[in-house]
Amino acid sequence: MAGARPETNGGGADLVLRSLTKRFGDFTAVDDLDLVVGRGEFFALLGPSGCGKTTTLRMVAGLEQPTAGRILLGEQEVTGLRPHRRPVNTVFQSYALFPHLDVFENVAFGLRRRRVRDVKAQVEQMLGLVELTGFVRRRPGQLSGGQQQRVALARALINRPQVLLLDEPLGALDLKLRRQMQIELKRIQTDVGITFVHVTHDQEEAMTMADTIAVMRGGVIEQLGSPAELYEFPATTFVANFLGQSNLVPATVADPVGDSLVVDVGGERLGVPRARARAVKGRVLVGVRPEKVYVSAAGEEDTAGNCLRGGRVSDVSFTGVSTQYLVAMPWGQELMVFEQNTGARTAFAPGTAVDLHWAREHTFVLDGAQDIHAGDETYAERTAAGVASPGPASAGTVT
Amino acid sequence: MSAAADTKPPARPRRIPTGYLLLLPGIAWLLVFFLVPTMQLVATSLYDPAGSLDTGYAMTWSWSNYVDAVTTYQEQFVRSFLYAGTATVLALLLGYPLAYAIAFKAGRWKNLMLVLVIAPFFTSFLVRTLAWKSILADNGFIVGVFKALGLVADDGRLLATGVAVVAGLTYNFLPFMVLPLYASLEKIDQRLVEAGSDLYASSFTSFRKVTLPLSMPGVVAGTLLTFIPAAGDYISSELLGSPNQYMLGNVIDNAFLVQLNFPIAASLSVLLMAAIVTLVFAYVRRAGTEELL
Repeated sequence: MAGARPETNGGGADLVLRSLTKRFGDFTAVDDLDLVVGRGEFFALLGPSGCGKTTTLRMVAGLEQPTAGRILLGEQEVTGLRPHRRPVNTVFQSYALFPHLDVFENVAFGLRRRRVRDVKAQVEQMLGLVELTGFVRRRPGQLSGGQQQRVALARALINRPQVLLLDEPLGALDLKLRRQMQIELKRIQTDVGITFVHVTHDQEEAMTMADTIAVMRGGVIEQLGSPAELYEFPATTFVANFLGQSNLVPATVADPVGDSLVVDVGGERLGVPRARARAVKGRVLVGVRPEKVYVSAAGEEDTAGNCLRGGRVSDVSFTGVSTQYLVAMPWGQELMVFEQNTGARTAFAPGTAVDLHWAREHTFVLDGAQDIHAGDETYAERTAAGVASPGPASAGTVT
Repeated sequence: MSAAADTKPPARPRRIPTGYLLLLPGIAWLLVFFLVPTMQLVATSLYDPAGSLDTGYAMTWSWSNYVDAVTTYQEQFVRSFLYAGTATVLALLLGYPLAYAIAFKAGRWKNLMLVLVIAPFFTSFLVRTLAWKSILADNGFIVGVFKALGLVADDGRLLATGVAVVAGLTYNFLPFMVLPLYASLEKIDQRLVEAGSDLYASSFTSFRKVTLPLSMPGVVAGTLLTFIPAAGDYISSELLGSPNQYMLGNVIDNAFLVQLNFPIAASLSVLLMAAIVTLVFAYVRRAGTEELL
């Protein structure tokens, strides 16, 4: 597990998890988890299905009892409290709107249970916030998916919880609506200033909205930090592949001394700033993001940065915003390059001999003992389908 | 095919909607075995009461048959609805917790418990009611215990009382209550109950505000399936009661088969049917579950 115990950003801790563990029989869903979420933060728990993120959320809500560990909301210990006694509210994955109640009564449900006064004014104000004024007497069954999502959000938010829990809240929406709701959710969170803990498997969604992301895998936090930190300097191959895409190339450390680490990839020397190296000796993985790489015709350019020569374009795909190249390297691996379509030059044709260039400070080095394909969902699908993958599958040394 | 034929608009294939075809056998059956007999019954209820099987009946639009039926048998009328209503309430009180336990708490015993609920149907209604007769017999175990507890007077009995008849009705129609209740409880999404508890509702409040309203279609179906046949039943009152506990079913049975007074028997039948239909309509409207049904 990488990443030290996180510090909160000024406002104090709103949610603290200490050594939280949940076992279902022999299966450990959440393993000795420590986490601090700061007040007013938009916090995302990101990970593939089965990584324990939803179980963690359900333990905070009180819908699941932890096997071990503690949960604190601010100063208050809530570990043993029943769900209805906790100052948290949840936006459920399938919304779980009450089908027998109309929009108004769904939203008013929590207020009525707490016998709050001026329910009507509060509900109307909240429906205004989520832009559902005029739908008060509709039943959930008469609403679209996006509208149901807003009702679910309003129903939870109206109670002004100390922490709002969102369990894959946008999972059931189509892509366009999801983008729109991401912006909307972020706006609402900024407006109300409540701490949001958002569970998702969609890395783009997490990066768009969250101040801090915890990447979970196998019941533990793999890395924690701001979206930019995680993206620019992933701690593990899993994070490197799960958040966006990465080129990871097996290498050996040739010179561990000095400010810059020198690694050897098939005879070519690459430099890496020491601060961007997670491992400094033996077999390592050298990484660079595809959009950081510049592709040139073979031998044409000579930059001061890192350079891998002898590539051949094996595939070109035009996506409008960018052109995506797959470049076959001499040791059999295929590397990705995303080039923005500025129109400054024409695309390289498949078969062209090319070199790859990038800046040293965009390089990172990871421990070579890890699975090079961890967190790479397209690779997992390909291998599961029995299709042989191009390039070497293991993180061996390239000679 | 000639060129001229090609210019004709293509003939639209004639299609008989499948839905209507599927309805045909059922409609034919109901026409012959329900609608015609019901019309015959209504007609019989208006025959001249002076007629008999030997002399034949004359259609005289004798509405007085209805007046006679009500004035003569109003006691049995009231008793039918009283007994059926009591049995329905008892079946609901027994059946709801049972259906709830099977739906949510039974785990791997769920299927076994459902089989046990319908197991009584493996023997006939008549045999089961006869068995109750010996269970409640004057020198039986139950009466002995009740006497010891002071629930029954020393010279008292259970057979030939309203208690025995209502108990028999409750027992016989309990599965008709449990099964629809189970069906509607079982399909309630447990995440809704979780959402309730997340929104500050205690377990009991979650039940009252979420589970119970969502199970109303089952409550309505179960109470109707219990009340309607119980109101027309005559086996329980015949075997477990005495003439003092007779319900409308016994009177109709007697009028048709013993007294051979067809017009009175028919008018009682029509009245019973009309009363049940009216009650059911009022009940369903009041329950307000049309949207959930």
